Amino acid sequence: MSKLQSYTINFGPQHPAAHGVLRLVMEMEGELVKKIDPHIGLLHRATEKLVESKPYLHSVGYMDRLDYVSMMVNEHAYVLAIEKLLGVEAPIRAQYIRVMFDEITRILNHLLWLGAHSLDLGAMSLFLYCFREREDLIDCYEAVSGARMHATYYRPGGVARDLPHSMPHYKPSTWHTKAEVSKLNSNREGTLLDFIWDFTERFPGRVDEYESLLTDNRVWKQRTVGIGVVSPERAKALGFSGPMLRGSGVLWDLRKHQPYEVYPDLDFDIPLGTNGDCYDRYLVRVEEMRQSNRIIRQCVQWLKDNPGPVSIDDAKISPPSREQMKDDMESMIHHFKLYTEGFCLPKGEVYQAVEQPKGEFGIYLVSDGANKPYRMKIRASGFSHLAAMNEMCKGHMLPDVVAILSTMDIVFGEVDR
Amino acid sequence: MDKLVELLHSHLPKDTIKSIDCAFEEVTLKVATDQWLQIASILKNEPSLAFDVLIDICAVDYLHYGQSEWVTERSTFVGYSRATTQFKNECATDRFVVVYHLLSITHNRRLRVAIPLQLPHLQIDSVIDLWPAADWFEREAYDLFGVVFQGHPDLRRILTDYGFIGHPMRKDFPLCGEVEIRYDAKDERCVYDPVDIQLRTTVAKVIRQHDRGDTNE
Repeated sequence: MSKLQSYTINFGPQHPAAHGVLRLVMEMEGELVKKIDPHIGLLHRATEKLVESKPYLHSVGYMDRLDYVSMMVNEHAYVLAIEKLLGVEAPIRAQYIRVMFDEITRILNHLLWLGAHSLDLGAMSLFLYCFREREDLIDCYEAVSGARMHATYYRPGGVARDLPHSMPHYKPSTWHTKAEVSKLNSNREGTLLDFIWDFTERFPGRVDEYESLLTDNRVWKQRTVGIGVVSPERAKALGFSGPMLRGSGVLWDLRKHQPYEVYPDLDFDIPLGTNGDCYDRYLVRVEEMRQSNRIIRQCVQWLKDNPGPVSIDDAKISPPSREQMKDDMESMIHHFKLYTEGFCLPKGEVYQAVEQPKGEFGIYLVSDGANKPYRMKIRASGFSHLAAMNEMCKGHMLPDVVAILSTMDIVFGEVDR
Repeated sequence: MDKLVELLHSHLPKDTIKSIDCAFEEVTLKVATDQWLQIASILKNEPSLAFDVLIDICAVDYLHYGQSEWVTERSTFVGYSRATTQFKNECATDRFVVVYHLLSITHNRRLRVAIPLQLPHLQIDSVIDLWPAADWFEREAYDLFGVVFQGHPDLRRILTDYGFIGHPMRKDFPLCGEVEIRYDAKDERCVYDPVDIQLRTTVAKVIRQHDRGDTNE
């Protein structure tokens, strides 16, 4: 019999299970992983450098493109950091809208994660089911901002515009007859809030469907139980956050423990894992979707009952309405100054973190009093998660590497920035 | 917040604290490089502080801090410039500062530690033994700013390309970079050329008093 020799194999950067452009250099001994060296930076766009050369408002769109699966939550951290430095607070309606869209984004993110994770582990059909629900939520994004993914909807001091009173409708085409289209449009007759409410009515049932496919599935359990175990102490030492930390049983959620916006007024629970393996993290994320659904329902009810302004009434930060701008000289000047020079922030430095679907997403902003950030550091949760790749994979088999990689919920937009 | 300041004063050796600032409900502790490792271990291991999670490490380059491209105060009399002036590459204070963000899950507190580096040696002790999370963050700060973390076992570049030259997040590194890459069909390989685009200011950097307008009311 020939002697076993260790050898090195290369994984990625163009591999469907690499969740983007990740290159792993793996030292193997037979089927066992000895060491993994992730090479990142293939999607590095120097976002932190680019924002230094632009007024604050121009960079909201960059935030969408960091973690491009949880777009609006990234914007949230950015606008909150600016508001903290300015010492202003968004109107309460804007805060509810932001929280509602944060939770919609959380469901969007977890659905993509669930689809991709199960696809990586061989469950093909779930991917399609997850995308069916994602479609409705992405339509909400489109209705409110005009863009299906990169919304650029949040603004320092509020949101770009109030929620629309109508949803866009499907139109008859070569692929859809009139009868089909009217069926598709049946839940789009009311406002955006009605549409979201309708979604929240049926979504828990859909989560039950996903769970019936996976939770007690023998193959699923064989692939996830006991894989990539991280102890609570180790999870803290490695700088984990979000479901990665809660999956290990550490009770820590910024929405509860360092609350921002209207989270203290909302009723929701934090799911916790016990074993810290891939299966527990799966259960945590599925339960988080249900909790997000609860939060969305509370927000929809509040928003239906409480009309009001959605942007701060301060012309030095937030632009005047189009009518005002065309009618009033001072508004015109404000508009012009805001969209050319932008607004200046006071001197100082702040760190603002939000509970992004993947973990703690933070913006460290240094301002020297100018209309551009002097330095902005983006703290991405995926970066510290991926750094633990070597430790989590050591001693596992090659197929488990894929399971561990996708349990981290890695998106390269934020890891490489 | 006041509690944390009090705790810091009582647990850290007096001569190690340069300053403690509280602003925007955040505490910033300033210390010197040579005592950093000692302080870090107190911050982590002292039970009443217990900063068990290292959230972030980053460096800040203060080279152009407070410089603007447009002079706004005298512009009424002399007119605006074309915003083509270059920033001065000189810095009155410490140019590089390494910033650590720490979190204590036990006490639900955050702390920012800022450590100015002494030029020309951009060196600081690695905290990888205290917080393993520091591994990639230190590599990143090394890559983007050229800060050397002594004691880091594997200080390689992380975000930039293989064979990259320079530290791109430094303020004197141009936004458009220094080289561009293309495929040369004749040589049948990728070649690097100096960039052929020029830096252009689209919106000038302007520093204004934040309370402008309010004072006249």
